[in-house]
Amino acid sequence: MKTPKESRASYEARIKIMSLLTNNKILELKKISNDIRQSIIEMLMEAKSGHTAGALGMADIFTLFYFHILKHNPKNPSWEERDRLVLSNGHICPVLYATMAHSGYFPIEELKTLRKFGTRLQGHPHKEYLPFVENSSGPLGEGLSQAIGMALADRIDEKDGSTSLTTGRFIYCFVSDGELDEGNSWEAIMFAGKRKLQNLITIVDRNNIQIDGNTEKIIPLEPLADKWRAFNWHVIEVSGHDFKSINEAVEEAKNVLEKPTVIIAHTIPGKGIKEFERDYKWHGIVPNKEQGEMALKELQDIGTRL
Amino acid sequence: MLNPKLKLNPKIFNESCEQESIRKGFGQGLVLAGEIDKNVVALCADLTESTQMHLFAEKFPKRFIEVGVAEQNLVTIASGMASMGKIPFCGSYAIFSPGRNWEQIRTTIAYNDRPVKIIGSHAGITVGADGGSHQALEDIALMRVMPNMDVISPCDALEAKKAALALAKTEKPAYLRLAREKMPIITTEETPFEIGKAEIFWMPDVGLAQVGIITTGEMVYNALLSAKELEAEGIKTKVVNLATIKPIDKEAIITLAKECKAIVTVEDHQIAGGMGSAVAEVLVQNYPVPIEFIGVQNSFGQSGTPQELIEHYGLSVENIKKAVKKVLKRKTS
Repeated sequence: MKTPKESRASYEARIKIMSLLTNNKILELKKISNDIRQSIIEMLMEAKSGHTAGALGMADIFTLFYFHILKHNPKNPSWEERDRLVLSNGHICPVLYATMAHSGYFPIEELKTLRKFGTRLQGHPHKEYLPFVENSSGPLGEGLSQAIGMALADRIDEKDGSTSLTTGRFIYCFVSDGELDEGNSWEAIMFAGKRKLQNLITIVDRNNIQIDGNTEKIIPLEPLADKWRAFNWHVIEVSGHDFKSINEAVEEAKNVLEKPTVIIAHTIPGKGIKEFERDYKWHGIVPNKEQGEMALKELQDIGTRL
Repeated sequence: MLNPKLKLNPKIFNESCEQESIRKGFGQGLVLAGEIDKNVVALCADLTESTQMHLFAEKFPKRFIEVGVAEQNLVTIASGMASMGKIPFCGSYAIFSPGRNWEQIRTTIAYNDRPVKIIGSHAGITVGADGGSHQALEDIALMRVMPNMDVISPCDALEAKKAALALAKTEKPAYLRLAREKMPIITTEETPFEIGKAEIFWMPDVGLAQVGIITTGEMVYNALLSAKELEAEGIKTKVVNLATIKPIDKEAIITLAKECKAIVTVEDHQIAGGMGSAVAEVLVQNYPVPIEFIGVQNSFGQSGTPQELIEHYGLSVENIKKAVKKVLKRKTS
């Protein structure tokens, strides 16, 4: 693994969390997400299988969460008061693993073990192998319900008054647009609206692709925002690559009472590499050596311009 | 005779024997578990009274969660709650949970190893009038095949109560299988119950048993009736209540096979993949003896009274007696 190029200590100094999302911080986040994208390409080239488009498309959102929004501690992953981040569409785990490694949960070098025998980085996340993740995932449409269960547990404890641990803790769930085809998703969406889970914030990776094609061709999701609204959610739409807008959306969501919030983040699948962008065929394939080297060069060029 | 050590109900064979539905005992046990541990929560998919969860809901309204007719959501929400330290009990009919939501249970509960308890009520052919669509005859197979999952099938209301209490104390995922109908109370408050332990409910007055009958759930009563009638005909049997189907009590099964050298299994479930299959898996690897299986033979059920269905599908006292005599012949020939 080539990234990051600095020593770990200087790298950590570079990414030191600032409480405000200043322009300088945004620039740092852009550099980090570029590093994470390079790691994703390197991991997938090494693994020779996996999912490219969604992982690249969500790199900015993962970066913003792990380096700015989430209350967490990579050196103490089981810290009780941490926010919970439930990744529902486990197939984009290269971006989860790369972001976790870059934020200090485990060595970046370990990323090259993705999908190999004995690895902690299973093809889809398995909590037994990598306890730092909140949930195992892979089969679609199941993450939101688990996040709901977490949010509900905190609400019960708050009302019970038996713990102050939950104060200020949020449960985040990342779901894909394709997995909204699953009935389980809508059972969950209906339920969260009923229970007014204000401590639950969901991000939809609206990249418009799934394995067989574009979402609107396979099973149309639009009008997607109206659907969530009809199920009694607060809906915000943002660009999934605009750190400032996403951050503001999360701030807004935290202040919405009596409703759960969904942030529909419009992302570009394959983001960062022009040849991969917006092409559904990159959902479940990986770059070969030539394509991978081309992609890394493109990302490095972007990096030097930042 | 009834095993005197277990302090079983002495009135079992009387017409005056008390009757109660197994699910009612579960409902009472869940309330007790809720009193002991405030982390116990209950979730139900629009079948609160049928699953007897209304007892818990009335006592602990804030810890009761109605999810509506959504069994996939039922167990996945429970999984999330378990990850935050709750001990969720999820109730529905066995045909819907684990029937409808098997993969959600596998991925979010068993694969995550979260201590969610799945309560499958109205299991077996004895559901009766609702018909074949509602008679879960495959649920033991579905759940015992799943790594990390325990499978419990209590024989009466009191055992169901004890099972609910015991499950609330374990940190493992578990499936609890419950029958709908009222059944004679076989055990007493004093009868021991331990997850993973099979108990000998019936034994010969003197000497060794000729056939071992292994049974579970609502069929334990029919097995005991058969044993009593067989005794009058001079055939000595032992009846083992295999309340925990997984983890299976290998030692008890092998010991029984060594004594009897012939086994009959009795369950209200498909023969394929059920409790009898689990027993056979143990015996063929450790101490092979002839086995006869009583259970539903590769067919769906239909409407009828429980008794009519038990007779039609070959689960009656007469069927058990015939199987015992058949296996006895196989053993001696």
